[in-house]
Amino acid sequence: MKKTILYTVLILGSLIFLYPFIWMLSASVSPENEIGNLILLPSKINFNNYFIIFEKIPIAKAFINSLIVSGTITFGVLIFGSMVGYALSRLEFKGKNLIFYVIVFTMTLPFQITLIPQYILIVKFGWIDSYAGLIVPYLMNAFSIIMFRQYFKSIPQDLIDAARIDGCSELRIIYGILWPNSVPALITVGIITFMTSWNEVLWPLIVIRDETKMTMPQLVTLFAVGGRAESQLGLKLAAAAMLALPIVLAYLIFQKYFIQSMTSSGLKE
Amino acid sequence: MQKNLLIFYFLNEVMKKKILPYLFVSPYLIHFILFIGFPIGFSIYLTFHDWNIIAPMEYVGLANYKRLFYDQLFWKSLKNTVIFLLIHIPLQIIVALFLAELLNQKIKLKSFFRAAYFMPVIVSGVVITILWQQLYGFESGLLNRLLIKIGLNKIGWLTDPDWAMPSIAIMATWKNVGLYVILFLVGLQTVPQQYYEAAELEGANHLQKFFKITLPMINPTIFMVVVLSTIGGFSLFIEPYVMTGGGPLNSTLSAVLYIYKQGFFYYHMGYAATLGFFFALIILFVVFIQKKFVEKEN
Repeated sequence: MKKTILYTVLILGSLIFLYPFIWMLSASVSPENEIGNLILLPSKINFNNYFIIFEKIPIAKAFINSLIVSGTITFGVLIFGSMVGYALSRLEFKGKNLIFYVIVFTMTLPFQITLIPQYILIVKFGWIDSYAGLIVPYLMNAFSIIMFRQYFKSIPQDLIDAARIDGCSELRIIYGILWPNSVPALITVGIITFMTSWNEVLWPLIVIRDETKMTMPQLVTLFAVGGRAESQLGLKLAAAAMLALPIVLAYLIFQKYFIQSMTSSGLKE
Repeated sequence: MQKNLLIFYFLNEVMKKKILPYLFVSPYLIHFILFIGFPIGFSIYLTFHDWNIIAPMEYVGLANYKRLFYDQLFWKSLKNTVIFLLIHIPLQIIVALFLAELLNQKIKLKSFFRAAYFMPVIVSGVVITILWQQLYGFESGLLNRLLIKIGLNKIGWLTDPDWAMPSIAIMATWKNVGLYVILFLVGLQTVPQQYYEAAELEGANHLQKFFKITLPMINPTIFMVVVLSTIGGFSLFIEPYVMTGGGPLNSTLSAVLYIYKQGFFYYHMGYAATLGFFFALIILFVVFIQKKFVEKEN
């Protein structure tokens, strides 16, 4: 009896979280006059909405833009984050602690204070409407450095000493010796960075005006709030579904890692 | 020849020991100077100026601060943010704790439920907002249809100024709660099982165990959730931007949305920077107070 109630509540809960997504998918392939229905099976399935979106906005280009931007940022954050994290955990130099405290401090710094000046900087660099404007400010983040610093500390010094004796350069040590031993840290930082940058929308709205340079969330946002969806629900929902799809697919495959990564990043702060 | 080799070797060693660490941290230093240090300094400088980026900057003294002080829209946006937090945080904690408590029992399909609750966390806020805009629709929205089906009146979720911000807060809770379920689950698993067993021997019921043992033990997690959702709430932007544009009657104008409008609609760079600076101070202050409170509690 008790178990039955427990499972009923749990299943009801998962319906509350999953039903809207399923409804979104079903509504996006329904005829416009059936969208208001609560039922999930439309009388006729057609993918017209999706074809119309491809005609109306450069969504394929936006997808590629997002892929380039998020991919480069993730790559950069992994490379630079582990480089700085290595120096802070394994090398001795003056000012090391100071730098570490600065990094910890920047983690608590609200972005609202740097938003306007960063935009002005991008204007002065001539990076408005360019990949550089979207990518460069995000190539480095405090979270990844702290994560790598902590992880590298747990790796035995013997491993590094042995590599040095073998004549490995310090770069080789980071990327050839430490990386293969830090897969969980790489996955965590990689997933968090990729997901945050894929979903980021405020910064693109600020630095990109040219439609062909827009990222996917930005383009979909402007499509939804601008008049171009012509208040056709199906179109908006289809655009939203396309935006959700890549991350949801990644989530279905790497679900365990997503949850672990997000949890550990929450616990860090 | 030998001497050269020796010098080369020596330089190499110096290079390794002295310069290399700085080379390694230099990407961070450059990034810090460009995108954090300079912006903070420049932001403070801007608060004393009037500037639309194109015309030359004009020194205006404390005019921006004075304006902010009398700017009813700014205070309104702060008030809206507070309303958001007052609904969002308690709701988030109650729902997350409830679901975490359920998941912490011996159940089958645990990972499926966990994954389902977590789904909205990973999806872009843009998707969630477009989706909920339809759920909240007045005439044909799903929620109002449900209300009518069970014999209640329709609610102007996004059109009634009293309802608009609570509606956004409910949506934000739906989006984020999965993450906090997991955090609470981690917290719940740190509570020693003996405590419950001892309490059971003394005849404590489920509720008593929850309030006397669980709640005090996971206090740190609760405060972490409070801090994280506060920071999240202060960053509220895309939800009102897509759903309401800040309306009706500015009831969903969030502080970040207001800064965005001042900066990128009207190009009041000086004033927008002042808003951002002042707002950041408020955030730091609130988070600082919360952290102090946590330290005292523990």
